[in-house]
Amino acid sequence: MKRLLPFSAVAALIAVWFLAARTQTSGLFPNPLQVLFGLVELLQRGLLAKYVVASLYRVSWGYLLAVVTAIPLGLFLGWYRRGEQALNPLLQLLRPISPLAWIPISILWFGVGDMAAIFLIFLASFLPLAVASMNAVRSVPPTLLRAGRNFGLSNLRILTNVILPASLPQLIVALRISLGVAWLVVVAAEMIAVNSGLGFLIVDARNAGNRYDLVVAGMVMIGLIGLVLDVSIRQLEKMQALRWGYGS
Amino acid sequence: MEFSTDGGPIEVLTSIDLEVADGEFVCILGPSGCGKSTLLNIVGGFLAATSGKVLIDGQAVTGPDPRRIFVFQERGVFPWLTVEGNVAFGLFRLDAAERAERIAHYVKLVGLSGFENAYPQELSGGMKQRLEVARALAVNPDVLFLDEPFGALDSITRLVMRSELLRIRRAEKKTILFVTHDIDESVQLADRVVVMSTRPATIRRIVDIEMPHPRDLSSPRYIELRDLLLGEIGLAHKI
Ligand SMILES: Nc1ncnc2c1ncn2[C@@H]1O[C@H](COP(=O)(O)OP(=O)(O)OP(=O)(O)O)[C@@H](O)[C@H]1O
Ligand SMILES: [Mg+2]
Repeated sequence: MKRLLPFSAVAALIAVWFLAARTQTSGLFPNPLQVLFGLVELLQRGLLAKYVVASLYRVSWGYLLAVVTAIPLGLFLGWYRRGEQALNPLLQLLRPISPLAWIPISILWFGVGDMAAIFLIFLASFLPLAVASMNAVRSVPPTLLRAGRNFGLSNLRILTNVILPASLPQLIVALRISLGVAWLVVVAAEMIAVNSGLGFLIVDARNAGNRYDLVVAGMVMIGLIGLVLDVSIRQLEKMQALRWGYGS
Repeated sequence: MEFSTDGGPIEVLTSIDLEVADGEFVCILGPSGCGKSTLLNIVGGFLAATSGKVLIDGQAVTGPDPRRIFVFQERGVFPWLTVEGNVAFGLFRLDAAERAERIAHYVKLVGLSGFENAYPQELSGGMKQRLEVARALAVNPDVLFLDEPFGALDSITRLVMRSELLRIRRAEKKTILFVTHDIDESVQLADRVVVMSTRPATIRRIVDIEMPHPRDLSSPRYIELRDLLLGEIGLAHKI
């Protein structure tokens, strides 16, 4: 019963959507069936796979670049108060600037293409990850750090054997949130900065003949892939050695 | 020892002069906030005293040292490591065979056999405390510092843990500095009880507890010593 609940919610949404589409007179707003046909059409034209791959490619690169740079920086800043004092104001200044505000600059620097989109995704994931890693280190219980020092661990070992595992639960939450942000941003970036991908599909379908069935088909794909990404990264939270961090 | 705070410096410890012999079990007893933890932290090398010095085996203490392990009031075990992983934490310099041997020995010594692969959140409070003691003993330190290690446990578990600690101590002769504000605890455990005054704390008196173990908690001598300490702390015998 519990497992059926989400499905009934989706079924209800589809029913309401059908009804809403019927009351519509412009004929532009598609019903679920038309969207399904739209998806099939995209599939047949080979565009669906191409655009999904293009979007995922950009997200993967932008996100991975952010992960490998932001986490070490955040850990470093959390550990060395001086570094934090120096860089934290800068991070807090950059954080409220929506990644989308960077679109013109990224096109200026990288031209229209993958690099511009990757750069935007990198920016969008980098800042929340860096700030979260910094905070994660600072919230490591002092008793654990003291135990590390008491047993004669080198600084490097304290980092790898105490600070990193102690912050891992928070880091994984941050990884999950920033992956969600990255997926939001890729769609927005593709509407402007590139000529492929799911975001481009949505803009293109509207501009080229008001194909709202394809617009919504694009939205459905974005939602589904976002869900799959979230479910995948949540598997990390299930690791036995991490359970303590989520107050089970 | 002085701490500087927003409200100016506060003096916590003054003229503490204490000598502890090898293998001795010393309890530091005093009212809450008098500076017991501060004293232990200075001796353990986690805090630098504003004046005076600490010598262990003739050497000045400059920082924490794996030969002297601190056991914390609570939550000192690593929650992401299993019982085995926690006991192994300080053993990274040993080869695998010796490490496995030590782990097995100390897990058994503290009575956690069968829980080797359990995570701390699957253990009770008393078991976690025993795990922390095992982790400390595993590196074979000369000295153990215990800061109210049983303070967070219920009274029955606390009694059990005290006799466990005494049993462990018979097996592994260590010098133990044990901070408590529980008078009974000090009379049950210590060879000597150091009674501290309120802040700024000094040593009011050092009481020898010459009773052999196991100690009879209803013997006249036990009650006499307890009353003596109660008086030293400045409490009436009746509530
Ligand atoms: N880092 C610090 N900065 C300023 N004051 C401190 C600091 N650490 C401790 N103190 C003060 O020193 C005094 C003694 O603290 P300490 O923790 O040593 O007491 P304690 O005897 O261990 O008390 P309890 O039995 O409650 O644990 C307290 O008044 C406390 O406010
Ligand atoms: Mg204390």
